[in-house]
Amino acid sequence: MDFTLPPLPISAIPLSAYLILSAILFGLGICGFLFRRNLITVFMSIELMLNAVNLSFVAFSHQMKQADGQIYSFFVMVVAAAEAAVGLAIILTVFKNRETLEVDEVDNLKL
Amino acid sequence: MMGVILFAIFATAAVACGINLVLQRHPVTSALSLIGVMGSLAVLYLLLGAEFIAAVQLIVYAGAIMVLFLFVIMLLNAGEERKIPGKSLVSKLIGLPVFVLFLGLVAYLIQTQYTHAGSPVDFDAFTGGGPREVGMALFTTYLLPFEVTSVLILIAILGAIVLARKEID
Repeated sequence: MDFTLPPLPISAIPLSAYLILSAILFGLGICGFLFRRNLITVFMSIELMLNAVNLSFVAFSHQMKQADGQIYSFFVMVVAAAEAAVGLAIILTVFKNRETLEVDEVDNLKL
Repeated sequence: MMGVILFAIFATAAVACGINLVLQRHPVTSALSLIGVMGSLAVLYLLLGAEFIAAVQLIVYAGAIMVLFLFVIMLLNAGEERKIPGKSLVSKLIGLPVFVLFLGLVAYLIQTQYTHAGSPVDFDAFTGGGPREVGMALFTTYLLPFEVTSVLILIAILGAIVLARKEID
């Protein structure tokens, strides 16, 4: 029995689809950063934005037929790892000193 | 053909997980959604011919960094965000349409202003993203940034230890 897929309306994904997906994810990251009040969720929204930018880098790397864009996204990942380590340590310290994770309640630099 | 289907599936999954990340009140659910976004993006990287980056995305991002997040969430026993009463209805009613409008504007600008926007992204059109090619570029052209990165990581380790250690009286 032969199984063939029905013809799709488009035969190839244009580059702009990747860029628009990247923009949507970045916008969602901004929304999470602004709306959520949990420190950890705010931090995860930043990671979402970094991921969105990475997708743009890799898409452009494909477009230019060069690996350079992928190197940049590699460096973004390294910076994200360093940022996550330090940021989560800061969150631990904040929680140790104030017993809360709500960003609204952490409004003083000094206790 | 296969690329179109895979892109449709995983782009939808990435956006759905991203929306879930923003809407959920519990940080663990948000973290799991973020893992979903990262996994979907790894598949998209494979479609774009970036095999090395796809592997690093799964191992470093979805593996190491997200485990760190989950550790901290469980260590701090972070529960659900409490609701703030008296949030204005107007901001909810206006915020979403304005956000969708903004995204539509960005999409329109990408489509019309960027000249290469319509060029098709073919699976197999670019195979220069394997570990060999990326490694060659990393250790020749980008050697200095790569080495500077090690200092950055070292400082991050020191910062994390200094911030998270116990005070000894």
